[in-house]
Amino acid sequence: MGKKILTEHISDPNLHKLEVYQQHGGYASLEKALKKMTPDEIVEEVKKSGLRGRGGAGFPTGMKWGFIDKKSDNPHYLVCNADEGEPGTFKDRYLMQCNPHALIEGMILASYALNANKAYIYIRGELYYVLRILEKAIAEAYAKGFLGENILGSGFSLDLYVHPGAGAYICGEETALIESLEGKRGNPRLKPPFPAVSGLYNCPTVVNNVETLATIPWIVNHGSEEYAKIGIGRSTGTKLISASGHINHPGIYEIELGVTVDEFLNSDQYCGGVREGHSLKAVIAGGSSVPVLPADLILKTKAGEDRLMTYESLSDGGFESGTMLGSGGFIVMDETTCIVRNTMNFARFYRHESCGQCSPCREGTSWMEKILARFEYGGAQAEDIELLVDISKNIEGNTICPLGDAAAWPVASAIRHFRDEFEEHIRRNGCYFE
Amino acid sequence: MEQKNTTISFSPDSLELVNKIIKRYPEGKERSALLPILHIAQAEFGGWLSPEVMDYVADLLHLLPIEVYEVATFYSMFNLEPVGECVIEVCQTGPCMLNGAGEIIKHLEKKFNIKVGETTPDGKFTLRAVECLAACGTAPVMKVGTEYHENLTTEKVDELVNHWCKCGKMSHLNPYQE
Ligand SMILES: Cc1cc2nc3c(=O)[nH]c(=O)nc-3n(C[C@H](O)[C@H](O)[C@H](O)COP(=O)(O)O)c2cc1C
Ligand code: SF4
Ligand code: FES
Repeated sequence: MGKKILTEHISDPNLHKLEVYQQHGGYASLEKALKKMTPDEIVEEVKKSGLRGRGGAGFPTGMKWGFIDKKSDNPHYLVCNADEGEPGTFKDRYLMQCNPHALIEGMILASYALNANKAYIYIRGELYYVLRILEKAIAEAYAKGFLGENILGSGFSLDLYVHPGAGAYICGEETALIESLEGKRGNPRLKPPFPAVSGLYNCPTVVNNVETLATIPWIVNHGSEEYAKIGIGRSTGTKLISASGHINHPGIYEIELGVTVDEFLNSDQYCGGVREGHSLKAVIAGGSSVPVLPADLILKTKAGEDRLMTYESLSDGGFESGTMLGSGGFIVMDETTCIVRNTMNFARFYRHESCGQCSPCREGTSWMEKILARFEYGGAQAEDIELLVDISKNIEGNTICPLGDAAAWPVASAIRHFRDEFEEHIRRNGCYFE
Repeated sequence: MEQKNTTISFSPDSLELVNKIIKRYPEGKERSALLPILHIAQAEFGGWLSPEVMDYVADLLHLLPIEVYEVATFYSMFNLEPVGECVIEVCQTGPCMLNGAGEIIKHLEKKFNIKVGETTPDGKFTLRAVECLAACGTAPVMKVGTEYHENLTTEKVDELVNHWCKCGKMSHLNPYQE
């Protein structure tokens, strides 16, 4: 069994209660940090741990914290990104629902390290019931003196609140999230300035994913060295993988970064293999925004090495033959899946979620959906394949935020690896699956 | 100022909650409370945001009505037209589709004799297809009010619908109250 950091005690049905969380060692890091460590020492520990953001981009967390503008006279803010909108990803919901205090404890430590006295959890609006679980847990933490004025007599004070979104995937993008938290439409901002310089209310702000923040207590408790021992190379620690699609055991698995894709997919400890009587066709390894890979390329790199569940190994080969770890949304498709239909489904998603600010994204996503529908329902011409490639190239890199890229990559990769299936749809004038 | 509509106002309980939420944001940043308050307003005033309700919220937060309209129209959880008593939202995104969301949607369309996006003539049910609900491992999934229903089968859906028909279930519930 691999090391568990976030899910070690998750089978305890009462873990969401502060008392039970404490029995399992919870809130010990708070004493240690507030009494024995300076904020800078915590930032240093997080840097040395090698922890990378678990929201999708994998940016080193300690480095991000180091960017916070210390010279600014404005208050600092910490915002937890609990928007979890990336299709195929459902780990943050699970973590907040079962282990809310790990997030709260992590946020107190991060706020102390960043010198923030107000912090918000921006949770996707659909998760009303998780919002209530969090509010209860926060109330418990206030009652214990872990939140509020002068926490544990340290002189450090923090208020923590939950804030619901209202159904917009784009609000997971950190600057759109900040706009939304200010009570506006979720239109991403141009960067720079980055949030660490000018974020919420134009004050220095750090936005971190739920899983990232929930990992901090363990790092403070056990030290950065212990954390960095887990994993391989620059992929340190554990990662929650959300596994869905045509597998025997869909669910959430905490893996040590570095297990092979083959083991993750086929061992009974994890996905348990492709569902009975079927064979693997393709995998989207990191949430719907990353390139899709066919069976042979997800299991082995182009050079024939075992593909590992790490940031580096999954992206080995670039976009020609690789993909990305992203948010860890592992979507498995068997031979019954029509790649064209699946691509069209995601194209609809991105068209629906585009905020509309940039023409390439607003128009491009809608064209891609329409053209893909021609493949699926009939009417596609030979030149439509190149047209799709052309549109995806014109979106990529030409927009304010990465949603444009996220919409372009799935289409481009589907054509790269499954071109014959697109051609067959043209020949047969529509879908031939089922 | 244009005339105020006096018929709309939050219940005392909701008003207390709203005031508590406004205080969560720094002074002068009350606008931040807009999304939470729109959720509460939608739940309290029949499951949708009429122009009058939005004007009332604008007034509460000292915003221009347009500042509320432009936000309400951006977010898919806000209904700008009347909806049924019970809004059924089935996830239609990739992973759910791979595991049978299409059949669930078809089943409900047939059962209610309406298309996605429509409301039954008796005003009881509205059927929606929505995007990923962050529950793809237990697909197919639907959200009704503040509840998630997962690992759906057509039988399970029938049972749930029967139950809602009997208990007159409303899906418009205040997110902050159980
Ligand atoms: C379109 C889009 C959607 C995103 N959605 C999420 C999300 O739901 N949750 C999340 O944590 N990060 C999401 N991100 C990434 C955030 O912008 C940001 O990088 C992240 O919250 C930073 O936290 P981390 O460093 O801890 O990963 C999204 C990015 C984009 C471009
Ligand atoms: S890329 Fe798309 S979602 Fe991002 S800012 Fe531009 S239009 Fe909006
Ligand atoms: S795709 Fe349906 S919940 Fe994610």
